[in-house]
Amino acid sequence: MWEQIRANQVRSVVLTAGMGMLLLLLGYFLGLLFFESSIGGLIIALIIWGIMSLVAYFQGDSILLAVSRARKISRDDHPKLYNVVEEMKIASGLEKMPDIYIIDDPALNAFATGRNSNKTAVAITSGLLAKLNRDELQGVIGHEIAHVKNRDVLLMAMCAVMLGTIVILAWYSTRILFFGSLAGGRRSSGSGGGQGQIIILIAGIGLMILAPIAAQFIYFAISRKREYLADASSALYTRYPEGLASALEKLSASTVQLKSANQATAPMYTVNPFRKEGKPARNLTSTHPPISERIRILRAMSGASMADYNQAYQQAEGKTGVVPASALALDGLAGATALRAPSPETKPVEELPQKVERARETSDLMWRLGNYKTIACDCGTKLRVPPRFKESTVRCPHCGRTNSV
Amino acid sequence: MVTVYIIIGIVALLLIFFIATYNGLIGLRNQLRNAWAQIDVQLKRRYDLIPNLIETVKGYMKHERETLEAVTKARNLAQSLSSTDVGARSKAEGELSSALARLLAVVENYPDLKANQNFLALQEELTSTENKISFSRQYYNDSVLKLNNKAQMFPSNVVASMTGFKLGEFFEVSVAEEREAPKVSFT
Repeated sequence: MWEQIRANQVRSVVLTAGMGMLLLLLGYFLGLLFFESSIGGLIIALIIWGIMSLVAYFQGDSILLAVSRARKISRDDHPKLYNVVEEMKIASGLEKMPDIYIIDDPALNAFATGRNSNKTAVAITSGLLAKLNRDELQGVIGHEIAHVKNRDVLLMAMCAVMLGTIVILAWYSTRILFFGSLAGGRRSSGSGGGQGQIIILIAGIGLMILAPIAAQFIYFAISRKREYLADASSALYTRYPEGLASALEKLSASTVQLKSANQATAPMYTVNPFRKEGKPARNLTSTHPPISERIRILRAMSGASMADYNQAYQQAEGKTGVVPASALALDGLAGATALRAPSPETKPVEELPQKVERARETSDLMWRLGNYKTIACDCGTKLRVPPRFKESTVRCPHCGRTNSV
Repeated sequence: MVTVYIIIGIVALLLIFFIATYNGLIGLRNQLRNAWAQIDVQLKRRYDLIPNLIETVKGYMKHERETLEAVTKARNLAQSLSSTDVGARSKAEGELSSALARLLAVVENYPDLKANQNFLALQEELTSTENKISFSRQYYNDSVLKLNNKAQMFPSNVVASMTGFKLGEFFEVSVAEEREAPKVSFT
């Protein structure tokens, strides 16, 4: 039953290597284009990638938890959740008990972090915690623990970093190229490259446009594979696929968006946190496979082993080729859709934060990581209070009001 | 000269194979022992929880003396057998599990008891401990399967028989009642 995991791992490694090649190729051509030396471009690409990897490796989990505003809990805060996590820890054979976090958010989702099996965490939104019964909770936590156990967290973090590096490189180089040629001053323009120069230019521009797209596709492909695998592992741990299936059904019925997710952290969640307002999650295919598909595979399992999952998966995939997808969706979910009235807690979803706001959030986060307190004064000024600050009140330097710390 | 090199190469390959296989077997055996220790931890936890449960429940359940006594008896028997071999022990633990399941089933007849905070906390602990026992047993059996497969399949069985590797013993449910016990879920 473990062969499936290994085969999947090989495929993930191949895809990841492909992404690495793409990064190097991009660096190589950008180097030729801007410095007339391929090595220079390679070195710059590798340096950016290296720095981002180090940050992701050592700080990734604390950044992720801080971004999602997760609160760490102990056994006494929520004995049931603690027990369920411990049960799944035992079933998966994980060596150390993961830390448990709750995110105060009515949206339904959960994620796991941890670069190795010694320092791991699972986080779940309070909305999901309130909605699931014990068996369903077990399925969801099993899925998250499987992400840790299958090393998905590390893999996805590294892939996200690679994707980010490719996107950054391509974005800045198109800017430089565009504005540089507008101003009419590209350094190499005088030094007579001729035909070769043009070919390199075309290849470089082509790569700049195509590399981010290709990288994104690879990233999604890896991510989807890992989701199916985590579902299969969860079924194997609980020996009860129905638990996860019915939890996923509840998740797909919800239309509340998670406020604190962003594009980079999306693959860490159980279901894709981004979906359009009012649109059920099951219709969206990006980092996650469609939920209806996952539910159908889980329900079609005759046992609880990896082989059973694989068989159900192949059946489901085979069917998709024959019958139109829309008919299948109706066929598989007819009963469920009828039961699913629009969820009463559907709230108007806030617009995704604009770029400026996103930048502010990031800087807030960086301050918070340094234990600075942020106080919003009534006049709209934000005060950053360092951790050494001892007074209980602070005067706003802008309007003079006194704020309590 | 070439044949000498070939022979040396083959011997080296065999040696590497032997070492790798042997280390793999040892790793699996350690995993097995660790899994067994896990079951042990959870079973001990159950021994500790039961007297508390009986104490809490006694006042409410005047008419269930037999059920309560059966649980206490099964617990003491299981505890006294805790240092014996896998077979005898899994039988005693299986009986304790079914006695407990009977007790938790009759709780349904006592609404007062279900309102008692102390009991509810205990019930959660007990439900979870039962789950943990079955999950650790499941993990143990998975580990036994992996070790036995490796020790019996070619070519690793050659290494196993050369070094006299013992097979793992499955932790089986030997009580007929537990085998057919319905899944009780407290939600």
